Amino acid sequence: MSALPNTRLSELPAESAAGRLILKMTGISKRFPGVRALENVHLEVGPAEIHALLGENGAGKSTLLKILSGAHAADAGTIELFGQPVTFATPHDAQRAGIVTIYQEFTLAPDMSIAENVFIGREPGSKLFVSWRRLADDTRAITDRIGLKRDPMTPVRDLSVAEQQLVEIARALSMSSRLIVMDEPTSALSETEVANLARIIRTLKAEGLSIIFVTHRLEEVFRLCDRYTVLCDGHYVGSGRVADTNVDAIIRMMVGRDVGALYGKRPIPKHGPVALEIEGLTRRRNARDPHAIELVDVSLRAHHGEILGLAGLVGAGRTETARAIFGADKFDHGAIRIDGKPVHFSGPRDAMTHGIGLVPEDRKKQALFLRLAIRTNMTIAAQDQISRGWFIDERREDALVDEFRRQLSIRMASPDQAAGLLSGGNQQKVVLARWLALRPKILIVDEPTRGIDVGSKVEVHNLLIEMAKSGIAVVVISSELPEILAVSDRIVTMREGRVTGEIARTDATQEILMAMMTDQRGAGDRAASAQ
Amino acid sequence: MTEARIAEPGEGKGVDVFGFVARFAPTLFLIALMALFAVIEPRFLSSINLFNVMRQVSITGLLAVGMTFVILTAGIDLSVGSLVAFAGLVAAAVAKGGMENRFTVGEAGVGYGWELAAIAAIAVGLICGYLQGLAITRLKVPPFVVTLGGMSAFRGAALLFAAGGPISGFEPSFTWWGQGKIGPVPIPVVIFLSAAALAHITLRYTRYGRQVYAVGGNPEAARLSGLNVNRIIASVYVIMGFFAGLGSFVLAARLNSAEAVAGTGYELTVIASVVIGGTSLFGGSGTIFGTVVGTILIGVLLNGLVLMNVSSYIQQIIIGVIIVLAVAFDTFAKSRRRKL
Repeated sequence: MSALPNTRLSELPAESAAGRLILKMTGISKRFPGVRALENVHLEVGPAEIHALLGENGAGKSTLLKILSGAHAADAGTIELFGQPVTFATPHDAQRAGIVTIYQEFTLAPDMSIAENVFIGREPGSKLFVSWRRLADDTRAITDRIGLKRDPMTPVRDLSVAEQQLVEIARALSMSSRLIVMDEPTSALSETEVANLARIIRTLKAEGLSIIFVTHRLEEVFRLCDRYTVLCDGHYVGSGRVADTNVDAIIRMMVGRDVGALYGKRPIPKHGPVALEIEGLTRRRNARDPHAIELVDVSLRAHHGEILGLAGLVGAGRTETARAIFGADKFDHGAIRIDGKPVHFSGPRDAMTHGIGLVPEDRKKQALFLRLAIRTNMTIAAQDQISRGWFIDERREDALVDEFRRQLSIRMASPDQAAGLLSGGNQQKVVLARWLALRPKILIVDEPTRGIDVGSKVEVHNLLIEMAKSGIAVVVISSELPEILAVSDRIVTMREGRVTGEIARTDATQEILMAMMTDQRGAGDRAASAQ
Repeated sequence: MTEARIAEPGEGKGVDVFGFVARFAPTLFLIALMALFAVIEPRFLSSINLFNVMRQVSITGLLAVGMTFVILTAGIDLSVGSLVAFAGLVAAAVAKGGMENRFTVGEAGVGYGWELAAIAAIAVGLICGYLQGLAITRLKVPPFVVTLGGMSAFRGAALLFAAGGPISGFEPSFTWWGQGKIGPVPIPVVIFLSAAALAHITLRYTRYGRQVYAVGGNPEAARLSGLNVNRIIASVYVIMGFFAGLGSFVLAARLNSAEAVAGTGYELTVIASVVIGGTSLFGGSGTIFGTVVGTILIGVLLNGLVLMNVSSYIQQIIIGVIIVLAVAFDTFAKSRRRKL
């Protein structure tokens, strides 16, 4: 890949070459101790342009954005803003120059109001006192523009993730920025929220702003973006107009190899007897946890050797159902049966001894020990298998680690490396290995490929399919409908804590699923009118 | 492939000098400090002086070994100094033959013997540690607050128990544990280093050790991996209590006395030893080896300063500055090594 000459830069589409560029980054290189993060990378963004920055995890997108936002200094290369060379020593410099970056992890103060967060450090008023009325008015003027219909004095803590993101955007607008950089803005959003964000981004574009947009969902690129730049392994691969390319071409550029048909048609395999059955699972909101999502009479079955997809918008209760089954959260009533026997779990440990595993939604916060060795991450749940008495038998541990390293083709330098150094895809495989080591009967996987690059996504999907083949009942929860459609044999949809329907994968399309997820009344007949 | 190459920084052929220095910084600093003192003051390197240093640090060293477990879970125990005083007084009273006889002087043969005294001290430590662990895990009060309360409560208990006076004058079989030697090696040093070795093995090679790191590294992930997080967190305070009890016994034996103000300010020295030894206050990373080095480092520093006739007030200032610098260095090293 790196051998590709960077000639495409000179073949810029006429329209943006003619219009003055807003941003021109040329020959950017950056090394970290022991790693070459970027090597001679270019990025050009025209006025009123939505620019997709693409690449697998580890391709160098984040580093490039951090250089642009002043968080890192480049070792070599130039940045020109409106034709003027600039250097940013700090993020503050970049913001003053009109570049605001919105990171995946928000930088909001949860207990402060929307208005305070938007104008943090720049509150209107005299030197000493804040003018609360002007603060609220100024905030409302901005939030109205982007359709955030909330009292400016609402604490950010009470907002949904999508609304919090709008607060970040409002903050960017309040700084009268010309270029907004969004690092994976859609990865935590449901489909409707993504659609809303897309509308807002188009509004901003119409107002003359440019936006750099990082995403792993390629369909968004084609729906939303004007131009794209692809990085691979720290190198510039190419850029161009989105209208002139297609998904396959972009994936080839990103991975430097042919991934094959991403979501090919696969016959539904035969499955075994019912492994997991839940009936009437109900969890009410209570005073201690007013924001918790309710579960109302959730019933579903998963068979041995089958992949059950659990689809729904964010907040539909899918994760809550999984956690309740696993014993991670309590529920008010309902029955769980495993292989026909009623069970009751007092906690995750209990669920594990009954053969249930849960790969949680948030890999870094809920699954991984980022600073601990990969071996610990892989074997922490399976200590019984690798111990003699109180002691860990390192030979048995090595054997176990080796087995899954090969089976899942986990790419690591050594099992003693910290897990945090792995790429997202390999991290997820480590978590999968942790559960596979327990030889579970039932494995619930919540958002198996969130934030993982395209190549690893396919690998993880194939792993899930392999697991089902070996007889495990796999339950996959995903906010990405293409993913649900790629791996599931049968799909159950949820909405607002209730099951709204069930459909075989071969009968399902994104449109039908979307209708089932958004409409309580059986949705099949309304599929056509969805969206 | 591409992602593997990016995912394995620092593992390449080039030697990561900075990483090496960062990892062994406390050890290198200790060696440098010893070299410096040896040059300035030749008496420093005499074996008598070195054993003296080791004996001086052995009590706080014992406590630091326990504190390493606590800090590995991102906890803290501020009550150790007070607990040492309280447990020491209980041990002393047992050695003297009970509450009524605790202030008698020099009457050998009246007491219950060092064995019961040691068991009493350790039992007090275990119980107090367990109570604190329960408060932290069941009542969900942060460790800082619980042990701040313990710091006050145990000191009060010690004062109440002592009723104003020290308890002193034990049998030789008791004081041997603080003043005796095996060959040239003082007993407290033997106890400290054995405890450190045992703790090292526990943390490095046992299931429990792994679990302590896991709970400290990410409690939510540990819970979802089936670990009993509450039990593990409570257990480290019990371990801390054990070492506080053992330390109080050795201290009383060394001083041939137990008093209510014993161990005042120990929490600072002990936490400093652990942190200077490279254990992260955020939990999940650190070693007993580091703690031993940190403990000795503080001892060497104080000893050298004494030999150079630096006032004890200035010593306190220097220790304070070094603690802050150690944590600053740790943070700096981490930010340097964080990738992308």
